[in-house]
Amino acid sequence: MSVPNEQMINGYQPGSELPERRSFGLIDALWAIAMLVGAGIGYAQYSASLDYYATGTLFGAAIGLGFLGWIWPATRWLTAVVAAVSLFTLWQYNILGADGAVGLAALEDFQESNFLFKFLLSSQAATMWMVALFFLSIPTYFISTLARSEYGLKVGSALVWSGAAMGFIGFFSRWREGYLINLDYGHIPVSNLYEVFIVFAVFTALLYLYYEKRYNNRSLGGFVMLIVGIALGFLLWYQFTRDAEAIAPLVPALNSWWMKIHVPANFIGYGTFAIAAMVGVAYLIKDKMGGDGPNDRLPSLAVMDDIQYKAIALGFAFFTIATILGAMWAAEAWGGYWSWDPKETWALIVWLNYAAWLHMRLTKGWRGPVMAWWSIAGLFITSFAFLGVNMFLSGLHSYGEL
Amino acid sequence: MTSQAQSASPRRRRSLWSRLFTWLTSMNLAIALLSILAIASVIGTVLQQNQPFNDYLIEFGPFWFEVFGTLGLFDVYSVGWFVVILLFLLASTSACLIRNTPVFLRDIRSFRLNAQEKSLQAFKHSQQFDSPLPADEIIQRSQGLFARLGYKARVKQRDGEILIAARKGGLNRIGYILTHLGMVVILVGGLIDSKMYLKTLNTLGVVEVETRDLPVSQVPEESHLPPGSLAGFRGSVNIPEGKWGDVAFIGLKDGYVVQNLPFKIEVNDFFVEFYDTGMPKSFNSNVTLTDKDTGETLTETIRVNHPLKYQGYNIFQSSFGDGGSEIEFDAWQLAGKTGTRQALEGTVNQDRTFEFAGEKHTIEFTDFSLYNVNPTEGPDGSTENTNFGPSVTFRVRDAAGQAVEYENYFQPVDFDGTRYFLSGVTRSVGGPQQFLFIPADRNNSIETFMAFYAKLNDEKAIARIAAELIGQTRASEGDQEMRSSAARSISNLVQVFVADGFSGLSETVNETLAQRGLSGEAADRAQESSFRVVQSVFMRAYMETLQEQGVEEFSQRDETFFEDALDVVTVIPDYGSPIYVAPTGFTHIQSTGLEITRSPGMFWVYLGSLMLTMGIFMLFYIHYRRLWVLIKPTGSDHDDDAAHHRLVIAGTDARKNIDFDQAFAQFSNELQRQTGSNGKKNPPSDPDNSGRPE
Repeated sequence: MSVPNEQMINGYQPGSELPERRSFGLIDALWAIAMLVGAGIGYAQYSASLDYYATGTLFGAAIGLGFLGWIWPATRWLTAVVAAVSLFTLWQYNILGADGAVGLAALEDFQESNFLFKFLLSSQAATMWMVALFFLSIPTYFISTLARSEYGLKVGSALVWSGAAMGFIGFFSRWREGYLINLDYGHIPVSNLYEVFIVFAVFTALLYLYYEKRYNNRSLGGFVMLIVGIALGFLLWYQFTRDAEAIAPLVPALNSWWMKIHVPANFIGYGTFAIAAMVGVAYLIKDKMGGDGPNDRLPSLAVMDDIQYKAIALGFAFFTIATILGAMWAAEAWGGYWSWDPKETWALIVWLNYAAWLHMRLTKGWRGPVMAWWSIAGLFITSFAFLGVNMFLSGLHSYGEL
Repeated sequence: MTSQAQSASPRRRRSLWSRLFTWLTSMNLAIALLSILAIASVIGTVLQQNQPFNDYLIEFGPFWFEVFGTLGLFDVYSVGWFVVILLFLLASTSACLIRNTPVFLRDIRSFRLNAQEKSLQAFKHSQQFDSPLPADEIIQRSQGLFARLGYKARVKQRDGEILIAARKGGLNRIGYILTHLGMVVILVGGLIDSKMYLKTLNTLGVVEVETRDLPVSQVPEESHLPPGSLAGFRGSVNIPEGKWGDVAFIGLKDGYVVQNLPFKIEVNDFFVEFYDTGMPKSFNSNVTLTDKDTGETLTETIRVNHPLKYQGYNIFQSSFGDGGSEIEFDAWQLAGKTGTRQALEGTVNQDRTFEFAGEKHTIEFTDFSLYNVNPTEGPDGSTENTNFGPSVTFRVRDAAGQAVEYENYFQPVDFDGTRYFLSGVTRSVGGPQQFLFIPADRNNSIETFMAFYAKLNDEKAIARIAAELIGQTRASEGDQEMRSSAARSISNLVQVFVADGFSGLSETVNETLAQRGLSGEAADRAQESSFRVVQSVFMRAYMETLQEQGVEEFSQRDETFFEDALDVVTVIPDYGSPIYVAPTGFTHIQSTGLEITRSPGMFWVYLGSLMLTMGIFMLFYIHYRRLWVLIKPTGSDHDDDAAHHRLVIAGTDARKNIDFDQAFAQFSNELQRQTGSNGKKNPPSDPDNSGRPE
């Protein structure tokens, strides 16, 4: 029953030396300090308009980015690029809006007449870049996986990284644009279906990139980006048929600090559940085609099984937090932390589903195709909670009507 | 997590309690409960909850209404069987905790120093190799390695062998306890705040449900709950501006109970702030609370997302409506003595009965809205939001009790440069709203139209105008008899038109022509000329009206007015009300809908949530692992190598994930590198096995 040392263990190549424990080096410290200094400058500049919550969010974000840079150094590049480009965008918009809001027409004129904004920096342009880059990554990943091209797979990753960067640049651009149209309209762009689809795409892509690095395997990129691509296809349809991209003011119930954290926490959950489902698809395809072999294109079944567990565990943790935050918000806005509103109830159903999945896996040790099928079914339940409730059921959460 | 301990004892001997306990702690039950809860929850999202019972009766018919009602599907989340599922989940989770907590707490303190060689070799993660080092050196290096990896280790000397046992990540087990305890605490907190206690009081007959729509003072005592009698509740109340309330209504079954409050809430003001699109930006109520015991007062503004908290009570902005706005209006006669009006006053949410020209009329005012923002097409074709101004909604019933709902606007609304008074007509509940567009005159008033309409109804005037018209066209013929008969038939047609509209007119004309035996082209021509004559009468009547109104110059504007006015005259017969309500003034009084809650369970729900969240992260991200190193002298004195040892290492992780495969391999490789024979003396123990992983 021994495990021979030279053997590949479930896809891992064990090193002969112990991996160094992740140390907190000089660069990590400098990065964390840079984040805090950035937040400090922001605070010094705008402390007058920041309340207790907003200040907490600002420094919380700085600490979070410092931490993220430590556990996943590649995100520093993303943070730096997005910060640099967004600061430039904000600087330009601040010049435009020096005397307050300018209105939609003036904003559009500015974007039309400025080459950089027309083709890159306006939220619409940046979002379209994100859509295009994410779309391109799908065939790149699939073809490279089939052709076993390591280079092609790296190109796929680069496309996803760039797409995520453009997504964030568009996000921050849009955030500022709201205030340029009308000071009353401005809000963090996570308030309607159009905006949260962008959040979903970017979060799912980033979470995928994390697993790609963690498992040192890029061959699942096509599968995961496929679900992102489907979401973006919907986004385009929604934009072109319903003018969903228009920036509209918030309804009173949404005008709350809680929205800033409730919605993103939810989308970490939705993103990881989507990843688990798509890895489940890859698992089932490989399983049907004969399982593990010596010359695999996809990771071993055990690794794909593990990714599903890791993704669902992370998603479950954040979905729990999101639901609790939602309950706390509901207690402030509607008078009760739990009202059995359809959205709340479906969030509970999603939670119960993954709780059952995790119990089965952790306690009963279930593995294999059943769990993969269940991951996929879980995505359908999640999608209904995310979209179906808004489309088919009425309730307090009717912000994203189709 | 089925229990194994009892399996040794005879099956029959196990007590009912122990079997029940085993069943409660079984994973199968837990999964079943999670699934049943999920499925049952779906019901309440598909079937709208807590609607008036009448709506359900209409939607499902008497049979299914009865079935669904018996199953409690109209308030599924507080019905007995649903609560039983929740209680079972509570019991199951608690039972698991009771069983596992002591075991886990003991386990995370233990090092398992009694592990035997055979069992270590049987582990999924197991490895053995030889070491040339002395035992002390192996112990030291092993401990160094454990320390580096974050394990706590203990060494035990036993007959002829040494066991080093190490563990880390005991917090993972605490995570298990926290998640499950968190769920229990959340469920208990939720049950404290639920309607369960109130429903029990109702079942026991202590509290009665009131179903009638009564003023608070007339609700019988057995439907009142004194302050503090419920630990937690959620109720609501509507209070008009300038009035106060000291109760909250809690919906129960098909009625309500009244929760008395220890304070009075006086609503000073309710106001809505708007974005420039006309969308509401915030709803606000300025209220003054007066404590009934101390007389202390507190004035504050409640907004959505910003409730008022007072002595454990929370007061939320939840809705708004009309609190009895006062409406001044002119009642214009549309039938009978047209053109006369009576200035009256009414109040929203009240019926206004008045007598007008000997007839009794009742108008039920139901709503008033200050703003009516509607999307309209702007001059450049883009959609704009336009405020049509205030409107009042009321119902008028006919003799059969059938009501038609009207929504009349105070000010004329501009459409392409022409201004109209709008009157929306809704004939059936939920049916389409059709609009009457009454043109406004030069003074932005409805008077010209009403005067014109009165003129059309004035038989004498019409007969005179008709006679004048005949006189002009047939002046030469001079046949008095024929002229008066023609004039009579014209004024007759006008009356038909005014009474029955265009369809009535064409019917009458066709009848007359048929009597005369005309058909085909001749009939068409005759019909056309009749219409033209009628129109000429209208035109003259209109010109006269204008003159009476003091208008001297006839302009394009007046011509448009004439056409629009005729359109209105054609549809007035279908308007459905003998009175036209022209609202002229108002005093806006709103009411605010407040939700009043007390939730002592909230603290527990939040505490449980905190435990749950912390527990989940501990459970997923802290690995509960054990490693053992068993050092055995090989006893091979014969090759003079006294320090020759055989090492058996083994490990487990509570989660059977592949991370541990890697971690174990790294550990064992590193230990072998540090203490082993550098690959020269690879395990001779099971050479057969070396090619394949277990």
